[in-house]
Amino acid sequence: MGSTPHIAVIGGGSTGVGIARDLAMRGLDVTLVEQGNLTHGTTGRMHGLLHSGGRYAVSDQASATECIEENRVLRDIASHCVEMTGGMFVKRPEDSEEYFQEKLSGCEECGIPAKVVSREEARSMEPHLAKDIEKAIVVPDGAIDPFRLVVANAGSAQEHGARIETHSKVTDLLVEGGEVVGLEVEHTSGPGTRVHGKEGGKEEIRADYVVNATGAWAGRIGDMAGVDIAVRPSKGVMTIMNVRQVDTVINRCRPKGDADIVVPHETTAILGTTDEEVEDPEDYPEEQWEVDLMIETLSELVPMLEEARTIRSFWGVRPLYEPPDVGSTDPTDITRDFFLLDHDERDDLPGMTSIVGGKFTTYRMMGEQISDHVCGKFGIDADCRTAEEPLPGSEDFSVLRDYMDEFGLRSPIGRRSVERLGSRADEVLKTDSPNPTVCECEGVTRAEIQDAIGQSGSDLNAVRIRTRASMGNCQGGICCHRMASELHPEYEEGVVRRAWDELLQERWKGQRHALWGQQLSQAMLNYALHATTQNRDHDPAGGDPVDFAAFDTGVDHGDAAGAANVAADGGRNGD
Amino acid sequence: MAIESEVLVVGGGLAGLTSALATAREGADVRLLSYKQSTLRQASGLVDLLGYTPDGEGPLTDPYAAMTDLPDSHPYSTVGVETVREAMALFDDVTDYEGGHTDTNALLPTHGGTVKPTARYPRSAAAGLASDDRDALLVGIESMTDFDAPHVASHLEAAGVPFDVRGETIQFPGDLRADAKVTRYAKLLDTDSEVAVRGRKRPAREALAQRVNPLIEDEERVGFPAVLGDDHPAAIRAALSEQMGVDVFEVPMGPPSLPGLRLEDRLFAALDEAGASIETGNPVVSYEGDEHVERVFVEKNGAEIPYAAEQFVLATGGLVGKGIESDREGVSEPIFDCHVPHPADRYDWFDTEVFGDHPFAGFGVETDGRMQPLSADGDVEFENVRAAGSVLGGYDFAAEKSGGGVSIATGYAAGTNAVEELR
Repeated sequence: MGSTPHIAVIGGGSTGVGIARDLAMRGLDVTLVEQGNLTHGTTGRMHGLLHSGGRYAVSDQASATECIEENRVLRDIASHCVEMTGGMFVKRPEDSEEYFQEKLSGCEECGIPAKVVSREEARSMEPHLAKDIEKAIVVPDGAIDPFRLVVANAGSAQEHGARIETHSKVTDLLVEGGEVVGLEVEHTSGPGTRVHGKEGGKEEIRADYVVNATGAWAGRIGDMAGVDIAVRPSKGVMTIMNVRQVDTVINRCRPKGDADIVVPHETTAILGTTDEEVEDPEDYPEEQWEVDLMIETLSELVPMLEEARTIRSFWGVRPLYEPPDVGSTDPTDITRDFFLLDHDERDDLPGMTSIVGGKFTTYRMMGEQISDHVCGKFGIDADCRTAEEPLPGSEDFSVLRDYMDEFGLRSPIGRRSVERLGSRADEVLKTDSPNPTVCECEGVTRAEIQDAIGQSGSDLNAVRIRTRASMGNCQGGICCHRMASELHPEYEEGVVRRAWDELLQERWKGQRHALWGQQLSQAMLNYALHATTQNRDHDPAGGDPVDFAAFDTGVDHGDAAGAANVAADGGRNGD
Repeated sequence: MAIESEVLVVGGGLAGLTSALATAREGADVRLLSYKQSTLRQASGLVDLLGYTPDGEGPLTDPYAAMTDLPDSHPYSTVGVETVREAMALFDDVTDYEGGHTDTNALLPTHGGTVKPTARYPRSAAAGLASDDRDALLVGIESMTDFDAPHVASHLEAAGVPFDVRGETIQFPGDLRADAKVTRYAKLLDTDSEVAVRGRKRPAREALAQRVNPLIEDEERVGFPAVLGDDHPAAIRAALSEQMGVDVFEVPMGPPSLPGLRLEDRLFAALDEAGASIETGNPVVSYEGDEHVERVFVEKNGAEIPYAAEQFVLATGGLVGKGIESDREGVSEPIFDCHVPHPADRYDWFDTEVFGDHPFAGFGVETDGRMQPLSADGDVEFENVRAAGSVLGGYDFAAEKSGGGVSIATGYAAGTNAVEELR
């Protein structure tokens, strides 16, 4: 063991990057590996709720108390990732009054600021709420961008010397003398350099300690060392609307149930969710009934959802865990608490701890506890600073700015850009060249795309999660090829083309669950733009060679320069 | 008292315009109702006949030869190859598009960097043909993200074009904002307004040519994004051509497409010349009649105005133009409620691959050989309604590159059939 312990963290979701940042800030050497892009797993597939804790105030008060505490911390350290929308628990006539009162007193017991508002007050705050709701409890729920938060954590970890390796899948744990001593990873070099320290091939990463923060995938890592981690993956659907029907998080005030929350998120609103146990976190059915259930059930709270346009749906898998002796049959009964499994104590396998369960809102607290645990192993006495040190992008920043003067951007684009970039806005947006908009739906400019490419290389889906480009109404119909062009000439044309194809396919994947009404119309338009106009479905580059000589070579009009018969302009339609 | 005409065409896109033109030229009294901006502004302005077979074979050199092998359900099979030729002759007669000198398809570069097979192309794109072996320089505009010339050039090289192609990027002369729309560029060139270049005032066309001149090596043709004028494109190209000593062409782009808008203007002007009545801006919302449609109702300022006619042509577009609608339960045609065949389960409407074989791309009404929509039982829905263009089902225009041709051919067939019924 060197003087500074080297910790390998597996998993590039919120928990993994939270741990990596914390350990790196405490001065340890950290290497984080993630099989896909950052947020590839559960983190990238959540509804974007920053919990007040109200949701757990009756059923799980320990979690609720942690939530309100972390809610306050994240507003402070991750201000550029958080929108404090506020939230409400809305009671319909058929919902239980007794439960409403329990919710209210539960919030008080857990220290969650809560007040009851009448139907009129609730509807003046959110005019699209159903006319027959009875009342609501207002709580400090918020919306949070998981992509931005994870990228900021990873950036901070790197600033403190950590190595972050995405697209690097753990293929084995190295076990020597009955102890975990490192990992074997396969770097899958996709299109071009992503964030690769090393391109392609296998690498052995030896470490003094391994932290398994792979959530729903934890059992697979455990299997590599012969330890049993019984994570119970549970899937949930999220359906994205094309506009924000509400500006407040709307929860249904009743005991747990499907389709009981609407979260306003950036330009959209996200409906959630379901809770269904699945066998395999990477391969499970994504079903129509789930989407229909979101729309139909949540229309009881917000009637306009019934006719509204959805732009896509996606599914996430919760990494639920319960100690082996509990034996819940219904995944909704499984605690949302997190568990730190020290495999030395539990399985006589020193050198590794797994962290399972838990929630996105408390990612930092989980990171702190596991970092304390790891430091304890090495007798290191270093304080956690992650609750005080703002993340990159959230240092001293105010969105009250004059974008026209500062960046030459129209106000809405400037505002959106600065909200996304936070305190990094100056370094990203102040350029000497023209800074046109690449993605019009989300107001993402060239400078912001270039900044993301600088961070993540040629992977356009990594650019997408950093900027939101292609995530708006048109789902990339207008901007996918523009995003691809931004990679050129830094990356050669063949690499750009593969990255572009990957983006097109990824955008298609989630839209399939929204294919009716206006979104089907949009999908047909996108198909026409990409296939008819751009001929990307039969792109001759990379296809069979074309016999160009067999096609029309035109008529020689002799209208090259200097020719005498240059047509006088034929007026209005002289073409 | 309803507003009356012999033939009423509903829809102002390529199919509706062709249908009304064919009818007006036969001397019938025709009225065209167009609700919104047509999808021509979304389209590249190229007119495709058939670039690939439904099985994906292609690019096809001879679209007419391949038409004879299409399935019976295809609109080209419905109208027959001869009608397609007649319809294209009408199109050629009223526009100054190129490509009519041969049955052979052309290959044109587009802003996506590929080449695509097409049958008719605007003059502005003619010097850009990919089978022309003259070397080409592509010029992009720094703040125009839709067309990245160096990227398009390297993509064309990967496609194996038989000429050398380079891309250069310039700042457009004049002080346009970084987010200026294509119409701003076009207007500047149309008016040839003076722009300041290094403190000196110069007309915009001259300033643009001077900016490009130092970049030309030995290329004989130079391609720009399709922003070279809205009102005077020929004059702009001639001026640039003269000052640069090369042929000048436009590369077709996505929306808003100036070549598409120019084509729309041209066809509306031709229809006006042919003596048709044209009304734009209000939707047709319902009809009255049984097996024979007596009148349709147009919604204007909250009132429903009746329009009577002997014959009706439905050319309201497909999923994009909203002539075909859908919800979570099914797919429908909103005006006459014509039958639209589709799988009951909406999860059978698409393929999992982005460019897979998508059933939704073929959604639309079915017709008999006289373009009359058919019910689920295969009976004619109305004795005096015909359908044309993207409202028809049974073909995937995006994959086949057949959109323009089908609209023109079926529009022509619906119009001529309607006139035959009148006489």
